[in-house]
Amino acid sequence: MKPRVAVHKFSSCDGCQLAFINSGEALVTLSELVDIVHFAEAGPVDPEAKVDVAFIEGSVSTPDELERIKMIRENSKILITIGACATSGGLQALRNIAPDSKEWPAAIYAKPEVIESLKTATPISDHVKVDFQIWGCPVNAEQVFAAVRSLLFGVAPTVPSDSVCLECKRKGNVCTLVAKGVPCMGPVTKTGCGALCPSFGRDCYGCFGPSENPNTTSLGKRFEGFGLVKDEVSKRFLIINNNAPAFAEAGKHFKDEE
Amino acid sequence: MSKKTINVPILARVEGEGALELDIENDKIKSLQLRIYEPPRYFEKFIEGRNSNDVIDIVARICGICPIAYQMSAAHAFESIFNVNPGSWVRDMRRVIYCGEWLQSHSLHIHLLAAPDFLGFSNAIEMAAKYPNEVKRGMKLQRLGNELIRMMGARSVHPVNVCVGGFYHAPTLSEVDIMLRKLRDAEADVVALIRWLATLELPQFPQDITFVSLKHPYEYPLNEGNLVSNKGLNVPISEYEKHFTEFHAVQSTALHSILDDKPYLVGPLSRLNLCYEQLPQKILDIIEEIGLKLPSMNMFDSIIARAIENYYAILEAVRILEHYSIPDSPRVTDIKPKAGEGFGCTEAPRGICWHHYETDDKGLVTKARIVPPTSQNQPRIEEDLILTLEKYGLKHSDDELRLMGEMVIRNYDPCISCSVHFLDMRVNRK
Repeated sequence: MKPRVAVHKFSSCDGCQLAFINSGEALVTLSELVDIVHFAEAGPVDPEAKVDVAFIEGSVSTPDELERIKMIRENSKILITIGACATSGGLQALRNIAPDSKEWPAAIYAKPEVIESLKTATPISDHVKVDFQIWGCPVNAEQVFAAVRSLLFGVAPTVPSDSVCLECKRKGNVCTLVAKGVPCMGPVTKTGCGALCPSFGRDCYGCFGPSENPNTTSLGKRFEGFGLVKDEVSKRFLIINNNAPAFAEAGKHFKDEE
Repeated sequence: MSKKTINVPILARVEGEGALELDIENDKIKSLQLRIYEPPRYFEKFIEGRNSNDVIDIVARICGICPIAYQMSAAHAFESIFNVNPGSWVRDMRRVIYCGEWLQSHSLHIHLLAAPDFLGFSNAIEMAAKYPNEVKRGMKLQRLGNELIRMMGARSVHPVNVCVGGFYHAPTLSEVDIMLRKLRDAEADVVALIRWLATLELPQFPQDITFVSLKHPYEYPLNEGNLVSNKGLNVPISEYEKHFTEFHAVQSTALHSILDDKPYLVGPLSRLNLCYEQLPQKILDIIEEIGLKLPSMNMFDSIIARAIENYYAILEAVRILEHYSIPDSPRVTDIKPKAGEGFGCTEAPRGICWHHYETDDKGLVTKARIVPPTSQNQPRIEEDLILTLEKYGLKHSDDELRLMGEMVIRNYDPCISCSVHFLDMRVNRK
């Protein structure tokens, strides 16, 4: 019997599911190798199906999502998060640290009382056991398909966790941080995107989350040397993966020093 | 008195999540609610205090399918505040990256989301077994759109190259040359796509629809123009709020929009109906060949409108890239952020995406308002559902009604995640 796969959506922009949908013929091949039983955006709908592998996009930000993730965990042998939202809470986790976020629903909606939203947007791993995490905003489709392939071969999937800098060196890019003096997050960010931003001459902004052993404080001080004030340094860390522990701590450190 | 309940818990093949509830009493629709339960993510609040280039990176994340629309509207709004004129190279290349987004988004919707409805399949993978060449051709066009975005933006989802004043990086001559060849090759594919769609038996339900789009004096609208309608509206984008009202429907986390108290339509059919005269002759010829009369009041022609815009996206990208040269700088660099108020409104694949920002003297955002296309279309979708389902006949079985309802909704290509919002259909009969 073919392995059964589900793709579930939580609070997100749908961009990581596109890793499958944008893959064209690879998606057709995938549909021959596995049974895709739930993937609402692509068509199949069976949210309560028991599956071998569940891919989760998005963070937990509503009371319903809290319940849904527990049910999916019970129904899934292997649970994999795809993307920054599912893995670290995503951009929307910025509300967790905003002092006035309680007032946000009323600032946007005329009837805030009907908006069902938790005070926080949190990663899947805060609520259930996660077997494997694929980082990125958005994920790199190659990492997602490599994970599927590994699982089909019966081995544990892996992703590299060294920094964007190493990828940049392999590509022969001119260093944006050292040579151009731009506050690049590459030294503390996990590789995976292919060092896209520095290859385009701009600063990395941390889409793939913290690399292994990131020296965030030291990098932040370097940014100050470029003339960034502490609040600006803090915001470099508090963006896409603001709720990933290493970035959350660095963001708080520079904010508190202000 | 007959009473009945139909329930569609999750609407498939839409981007984001929603549900539909229908109350039928004595063969009349008593009430209809398109419920959107996509969780709110509060983008307008957490961009407060951010600088303009961070905002461009952040607002892309409102939607994984049309990130460029958000980046473009934001870039234009900030440029108007900081008095930046990025010049003709940037203007042209912004059209090119937007053509990529239209091509990938429209191709995705036509083949993976909408066409299975008209051919009686539940999804594109099933459809591919019977129509392998058509599906392959569609995926090829979708891939080409993504490649065009990648050339300009490094990746197709949340591209990294857009900034206030232009782009961080200009593509190389050889990249452009390869792309030009692929685009020219795709012309035959897109013409074949239009001819194929014209053979589909689309439902014919003409309705009185208010169409709204940008309109530009001499080009098919992408980044610039006035807000116009077929009912006489013609105003600059800064006057949006004088004419359009957003209200909060209880069943939804998406705000709904109305124009002069009435639902209106944004997106490909509106653009085509209002601006078709600005299309190149080649495209007008094929519109005539397939016998499409414009303006079309049949919402189901939207799938053809998307294919026609795919053709435009390809020809427009070719037109611009044929004269491509590497600029001295791909962006204006001496930008002085300042306090002010600015507007940006551009044509996302699904219709106008309107932004309004206020900044402080450091150029940091103090206030933001973002109106995505789907929230504007939502009252129109509800109106269309009532008209189409009643005309189709409420005596049809629940399954038939559900399928027709889903077709009507999918036809708008609702990108629900953008309104920071899913479909589940319930029919209650009395």
